[in-house]
Amino acid sequence: MDDPLLIGGETFSSRLIMGTGGAPSLDVLDRALLASATELTTVAMRRVDPAAAGSVLDLLTERGIRVLPNTAGCFTASEAVRVARLAREALQTSWVKLEVIADERTLLPDPVELLTAAEELVADGFTVLPYTSDDPVLARRLEQAGCAAVMPLGSPIGSGLGIRNPHNIELIVDSAGVPVILDAGIGTASDAAIAMELGCAAVLLATSVTRARSPELMAEAMRHAVTGGRLAFLAGRVPRRRYALASSPPAG
Amino acid sequence: MHVTINGERRQLAGGMSLTQAVTLLTSASTGVAAALNGDVIRRTAWDSTQLADGDEVEVLTAVQGG
Repeated sequence: MDDPLLIGGETFSSRLIMGTGGAPSLDVLDRALLASATELTTVAMRRVDPAAAGSVLDLLTERGIRVLPNTAGCFTASEAVRVARLAREALQTSWVKLEVIADERTLLPDPVELLTAAEELVADGFTVLPYTSDDPVLARRLEQAGCAAVMPLGSPIGSGLGIRNPHNIELIVDSAGVPVILDAGIGTASDAAIAMELGCAAVLLATSVTRARSPELMAEAMRHAVTGGRLAFLAGRVPRRRYALASSPPAG
Repeated sequence: MHVTINGERRQLAGGMSLTQAVTLLTSASTGVAAALNGDVIRRTAWDSTQLADGDEVEVLTAVQGG
């Protein structure tokens, strides 16, 4: 079934966006990315390490996967804007996963700094994909600021707690005119399927794959979960009922 | 002159360009960006950007993350 994902004027046939953090080696990461069939994958920007062996960028280029730099580790709008500009220079892309976190313990987004950074980056010509809390009002403000998608968390980064407030995710999906991408908190395949069943356009995950016992297998599981969840959303679930409804004819 | 590159204070020959400073860390021709005293410097301007005593240079690249 032809059902492409459209973000910022670009189309993707995969609705699974991968992160690269936490993989034990580039080789394990490579196999997981292939198994996931992802077409868009995040990287972080850090100081050059002269002793670093291998490059995640070379790997993504070789596999034809589009790179999505993030601003992970930034606590203020000005830091995030600077990192986004450095990423644009280094990677020749104006796409950015905008992260502005409030503190190290929760890694929750700082909504005020996030919105400020989003406005500045949109004005500077960036395609901004903000990592946000599951607040429908903030999601709307980010969309109004010109973001190309909104990426609410299911639960804190790396927690694997799944989607703690599915009702809020539904509210965001209901009113959003841009793709809603469930970002953060996915623990296992069913979480990814639920995100898609709630109407999210895509799922972004890293830890649940890269730190799984078998990253490659979990990546394959996530690929199927995202596809299955999307199909179920399009198909439309039956209403929940209090009592049984016989599936065999009562007469005859 | 003394220039801080990625947090490390180094003694460099006067008149060194940003291109030369980046080369101290990496020979990669792509995937690298540099900031001088907090301002992002476009790659096309690296050659013509002369470093001065007390400058702070940041050289970044993509790593696993997110």
